[in-house]
Amino acid sequence: MNFLKKILAESGKLFEKGKPLSFAYPLWEATDTILLSTNSQNKSGPHIRDNMDIKRTMFFVVIALIPCYLFGAYNIGYLHSAAMGISSSILSDFIFGMTYVLPILIVTFIAGAICEITFAVIRKHEINEGFLVSCALIPLTMPPDIPLWQLFIGTSFGIIIGKEIFGGVGTNVFNPALTARAFMYFAFPTKISGEKVWAVGPDGYTGATALSIPANPTEYDTATNLFNQVTQFDFSTLNLFWGLIPGSIGETNKLLVLLGGLFLIYCGIASWRIMIASVLGLVFTAGLFNLLADYSTNAMLTITPLQHILIGSFLFGTVFMASEPVTSTHTNKGRWIYGFMIGMLTVIIRSINPAYPEGVMLAILIMNMFAPLIDYYIVKSNINMRLSRNA
Amino acid sequence: MELFNSESKKIINDPINVNNPISLQVLGICSALAVTIRLDQAIIMTLAVIFVLCSSNVILSLIRDYIPSRVRIVIMLSVIASLVSVVDELLQAYLYDMSKQLSVFVGLIITNCIIMGRAEAFALKNGPSKAFLDGLGNGLGYGMIIIIVSFFRELFGAGTITLPDGGAGYVLFSIPEAWYAAGYENIGLLVLSPGAFFILGLVIWTQREIFGIEEGE
Repeated sequence: MNFLKKILAESGKLFEKGKPLSFAYPLWEATDTILLSTNSQNKSGPHIRDNMDIKRTMFFVVIALIPCYLFGAYNIGYLHSAAMGISSSILSDFIFGMTYVLPILIVTFIAGAICEITFAVIRKHEINEGFLVSCALIPLTMPPDIPLWQLFIGTSFGIIIGKEIFGGVGTNVFNPALTARAFMYFAFPTKISGEKVWAVGPDGYTGATALSIPANPTEYDTATNLFNQVTQFDFSTLNLFWGLIPGSIGETNKLLVLLGGLFLIYCGIASWRIMIASVLGLVFTAGLFNLLADYSTNAMLTITPLQHILIGSFLFGTVFMASEPVTSTHTNKGRWIYGFMIGMLTVIIRSINPAYPEGVMLAILIMNMFAPLIDYYIVKSNINMRLSRNA
Repeated sequence: MELFNSESKKIINDPINVNNPISLQVLGICSALAVTIRLDQAIIMTLAVIFVLCSSNVILSLIRDYIPSRVRIVIMLSVIASLVSVVDELLQAYLYDMSKQLSVFVGLIITNCIIMGRAEAFALKNGPSKAFLDGLGNGLGYGMIIIIVSFFRELFGAGTITLPDGGAGYVLFSIPEAWYAAGYENIGLLVLSPGAFFILGLVIWTQREIFGIEEGE
């Protein structure tokens, strides 16, 4: 460690004010604080005595995401073997999937790092680790064969428009990862929606996601029957949970998403209120729609609440994106409203609008926008209540 | 007064740079979003707006001493509306395809806040030559922004660059087929209105950065 310290201290002198490399000081600072813990101290308040600084928070989120990456890679390989009709081992499936996941991951991080470092140098602030989390989330929301140049543009858009123009980490209104995905969803719809992109197979191979089956049925039936009719994939409730189904890279296995969520709750990073509230909102709306299903020919209305939870990216979005501390609401009451609305909107967008079979992304972005408003009224009503009590 | 002394230069330059009607006063956004899908539409729209703006400024400035201030809005509107009708008829007569593409947005020049704004803020207080320069400057400032926005929208959204000619437009440049075969795709989002907002936002950002204008100044 002393050796490392010496190198960093020596090289640090080159980056001080007035030295030739001073413009790249943020880069040196980031290397220094990643390798060694920082020894700078707050001179003024607030003094929070906690080890959870931004860096550690961000790393914990990344740790919670790693299992999703590993399973995502395996799932790509598994579906590919199934599509080609070849038998293969878990390891070879995993390695095959990694040849898709790694380029996506690398391109995302390069794009994110370029944006972040550029802004850190221009605005003369330290490099913020927030982009690590955004960049770790973006690949998990992508289909496996997304063109890499589109990913590069999308990530840059997400980081710049979603975060940097609002002032950087901690001041952004929208979740940068979802901003990136929403941009790509509307900019390049053929590569990120439809039936061709979710599983890697021979040319022209199609694999519909679970959600698009009741969205475009050949003839009306209940969602459960429609799922059972599919022979290409196993859409039984149990397998929806285990996630050997086509979908975005990181969301299919619900067990790993739930474990990641528990880990984040245990570490105190994500809010359990938002997660529970959004599940409640989803169950409530889905139940309501089930009651109405008899009066409609829309098969999406017959999806049971449990199926709604398990299909699509609802759990992934709730755990890793809706409940993140910056763009969600900050009051406890507000968290319940915010989460409940996300669950509701998800089902509404999924069921009512056949053009968007998956609604989580749009639901979270919409509620991101309303989060400050919810907080404002919660705080205001609290002030009014206390005023009337003490008046 | 001389035509190009420092004051008249300022009258022309300010609306293009530091006091741009679209990017800094954020006026006339509606037409900036609507007619910026193709470059040729933006160019024709710019010419139409410059014509209306200059003429209305000059006319209103000439009759400014005879307008009772209580009915000035009505008079401004009728002057602007007649000028817009002239432009509309001219387009229909000589550039029929273009006039069909621009459809209602030529008529909606009447409601463009820039024109009323300049008449109210400048033409009613200054002489005709100054008012003409002010109209020209603001028209050019408006045109600069919508031409920049439409250039990027058309290039990345539709993959072409179209210049106006007598008919349906002259395609100056289009992205080669080989690019599409190699996997290039147009950004469909830019053809939609949100795409115009994004580009306009980036233009505003760049312009404020260049001229060092902070919020609230």
